[in-house]
Amino acid sequence: MSNPTPTQTPTGPTGESNAVGGNINPSDNRFTQWLSHILADLGKNGIFIALIAVVVLFAILTDGILLRPQNISNLIVQNGYILVLAIGMVMVIIAGHIDLSVGSVAAFVGACSGVFAVQWGLPWWLSVILSLAIGALVGVWQGFWIAYVGIPAFIVTLAGMLIFRGLALVVLGNANIGSFPAEYRALGNGFLTDLFGEFEIDPLTLGVGAIAIIALIVQQVRTRRGRQKYGQEVEPMAWFITKLVLVSAAIGFFAYSLASYKGIPVTLIILAVLILVYGIVMNRTVFGRHIYAIGGNRHAAELSGIKTRRVDFWLFVNMGTLAALAGLIFTARLNLAGPKAGDGFELEAISAAFIGGAAVQGGVGTIGGAIIGGLIIGVLNNGMSIMGIGIEWQQAVKGLVLLLAVAFDVYNKRRAGGQ
Amino acid sequence: MTTDILEMRGITKTFPGVKALANVNLSVARGEVHAICGENGAGKSTLMKVLSGVYPHGTYDGDIVFENETVEFRDLTDSEAKGIVIIHQELALSPYLSIAENIFLNNEQKGRGGLIDWNKTNFEASKLLARVGLRENPTTKIMDIGVGKQQLVEIAKALSKEVKLLILDEPTAALNDEDSDHLLDLILHLKGQGITSIIISHKLNEIKKVADSVTVIRDGKTIETIAKNDVTEDRIIKDMVGRDLEHRYPDHTPHIGEELLRVEDWSAHHPQDTSRVMVDKVNLNVRAGEIVGIAGLMGAGRTEFAMSLFGQSYGSKISGRVFLRGKEIKTRTVAEAIEHGIAYATEDRKTYGLNLIEDIKRNISMASLKKLEKFGLVHDNEEYRVANEYRTSMNIKAPNVLVKTGKLSGGNQQKVVLSKWIYADPDVLILDEPTRGIDVGAKYEIYSIINRLAAAGKGIIVISSELPELLGISDRVYALSEGRITGELPIADATPEAMLKLMTMEKPR
Repeated sequence: MSNPTPTQTPTGPTGESNAVGGNINPSDNRFTQWLSHILADLGKNGIFIALIAVVVLFAILTDGILLRPQNISNLIVQNGYILVLAIGMVMVIIAGHIDLSVGSVAAFVGACSGVFAVQWGLPWWLSVILSLAIGALVGVWQGFWIAYVGIPAFIVTLAGMLIFRGLALVVLGNANIGSFPAEYRALGNGFLTDLFGEFEIDPLTLGVGAIAIIALIVQQVRTRRGRQKYGQEVEPMAWFITKLVLVSAAIGFFAYSLASYKGIPVTLIILAVLILVYGIVMNRTVFGRHIYAIGGNRHAAELSGIKTRRVDFWLFVNMGTLAALAGLIFTARLNLAGPKAGDGFELEAISAAFIGGAAVQGGVGTIGGAIIGGLIIGVLNNGMSIMGIGIEWQQAVKGLVLLLAVAFDVYNKRRAGGQ
Repeated sequence: MTTDILEMRGITKTFPGVKALANVNLSVARGEVHAICGENGAGKSTLMKVLSGVYPHGTYDGDIVFENETVEFRDLTDSEAKGIVIIHQELALSPYLSIAENIFLNNEQKGRGGLIDWNKTNFEASKLLARVGLRENPTTKIMDIGVGKQQLVEIAKALSKEVKLLILDEPTAALNDEDSDHLLDLILHLKGQGITSIIISHKLNEIKKVADSVTVIRDGKTIETIAKNDVTEDRIIKDMVGRDLEHRYPDHTPHIGEELLRVEDWSAHHPQDTSRVMVDKVNLNVRAGEIVGIAGLMGAGRTEFAMSLFGQSYGSKISGRVFLRGKEIKTRTVAEAIEHGIAYATEDRKTYGLNLIEDIKRNISMASLKKLEKFGLVHDNEEYRVANEYRTSMNIKAPNVLVKTGKLSGGNQQKVVLSKWIYADPDVLILDEPTRGIDVGAKYEIYSIINRLAAAGKGIIVISSELPELLGISDRVYALSEGRITGELPIADATPEAMLKLMTMEKPR
């Protein structure tokens, strides 16, 4: 009997494996090819479409007030801290955990920062650094119990929710702490124009918007070229350009709106940096990839040599730090550290992650999705407030949206999975 | 009117792609203890699942006649109503409930008003416990008694259902000798009370002790039924093995080099029950270019050995020494084991091997992301290129590497797992049941891959329940029984008969 050559196995239908890749879309019909790509993108970016739908809906319902420059600026500033939390939360959820304590931690850190910046009169930057360090320590505490003792995150952070709410009250001593220094307050409601003087339409903001558009285009084109170089399939050029034009237009409108109000909010800068950095962490670093691997199948990850405990631990340290940052932004915005701060933040952050496509079982989710999920919640809040709908109905509607979003996701996956 | 309590005629059961049972016949006489023998995967458990209604009527072909009546069970409740009770290998008891609660689970002893009568429950339970010879308080929790006693509770539970035919699937696999003896005596005792038993086992001494007749199953077919007086070990082994080893395995000319891995006095205990020795002073070695097989029956400690070696992923109180190219190494964590060039592909791909919701690309890179790191970032185009290379060279049948591994067939999933480990570039690869649940064509491909790896100078350890497969691809085989290496044979001397003898060899006592 002849020895089968290693590269060609005798039993397998040898031609098949090569053929399948090429013949999905015969290129003779460019329109159907186009359409299939658009549909695939819509499926993948369903959450993005949902955001646009919600924006359009409320733009109509509020007679355009929603899209006024001042309101767009407010949307960012009012939701900044939720979006910061959503970034950390989606990472925790991807790894298969949850964090119920972030609202309390935000309140606790906000209270501490009040002590540092107001009562002790420390410089604002030192107060910020100390506060973030406290958040990290909270994360070390919770991460220790979760990763090394093995207590479910649900329990540890439920305890944390009580512990840090209590400690916040202790630090505050039953009083509000207020009147923060101006630099500190800028974290929550400062604008970049404050530094450069006033214009009718802020040129700096427009400039940043233009740079963002150029950066986006350069990055997209480079990714596309890289993929082509490595023989990966890319979408049709026309669709690629259409998408770029649409997204650029959105950025342009956004920048123009901000420019014609007060310019770029400091919160937005913080957010942009976080989204960029964490987007790279989750997609391109070993740490981020380990998070996905752990969430997808913890056993398999362990047996592939991934140090799951270490990853869990650092995830919670990270979450604690981001919760601290959210607490700082919130406190700065109100110019007040109070006992009710951060109430219900955890639920909004968790909702944002799930609306943004994260899976309850872990392993699935994106930073971008969580941000868009947070924005959907923000637009709902904002739109309904403008319409004068009471807080009670706002709650109910948000709950319903969360349920429907996840149900839609589950339905979609079931249909796609076939099993 | 026959004396048979049970007759199964022409039972055929197919799973997608696999014929698990092909025209199996089985007759069990009233009041006897009937043993069913066969290799792992021969179809014993499948047959019992057909009988007990786990696979409902309509999902198989053939007839079941029980007490002269053709029966069509829809589920376990149906078969239990007729008096057929199956006790599975993995006991189906709730550890946090009491003995009495477990015995009457879903058969609760109700008093007035439909409420549970606890006095009656415990009283009835203690009567049943007396029948099986278990002296325990019926309110004791299951988790507080040993496996041997739990087995007796299962039997008491069966008795509570007025069992006529008791099926025991490898009842002594997890028991020590004393408990085994007690259990076998109990089976004989119940026989005296008119209860018929079917016992699935491959412990030949045990079969000889209790069985009145033995039916051997191989490849989903009944080979023969042997009456008690004609039962000999040789005959059963011959029946169990007797298949022709044709060209189901690619040719392989070994080029064996220096020793790569040597394990000395490797021991590991059960992770919870730390007094139970699962791996007992195992010594073995693998040389470059060599394929070494580890044979053993269910529960022999094969996977336990491999996993305890691979970063102490299994067990407690692990001891022993590992040498790689003559130098002693430590393998305390998986990362450490991988670093030293050891890889382990698990027997359970879906639970332990793959991230099913991720694509082929990310599964292949999972154990080697460090390699793809450039300036702190994962080079994702390179990752794509690597994955695509493996897709081609391993013949993974998928349109591209962005397909989720959950959508692949078993054979292709296994190729992804192998790709992952080959990309990690280990010196020694431990493959645990590399072809389990894979169709014949893909098996051949997997064997070819294994040969290729050996030809490239890797040391390969293959663990397999399928003896023919192990003998078909290995250069040298070890037999493992009760956690001990009971023999080592070059492939030329490793006849199935010799191997089975070693695999069933018990500890000298």
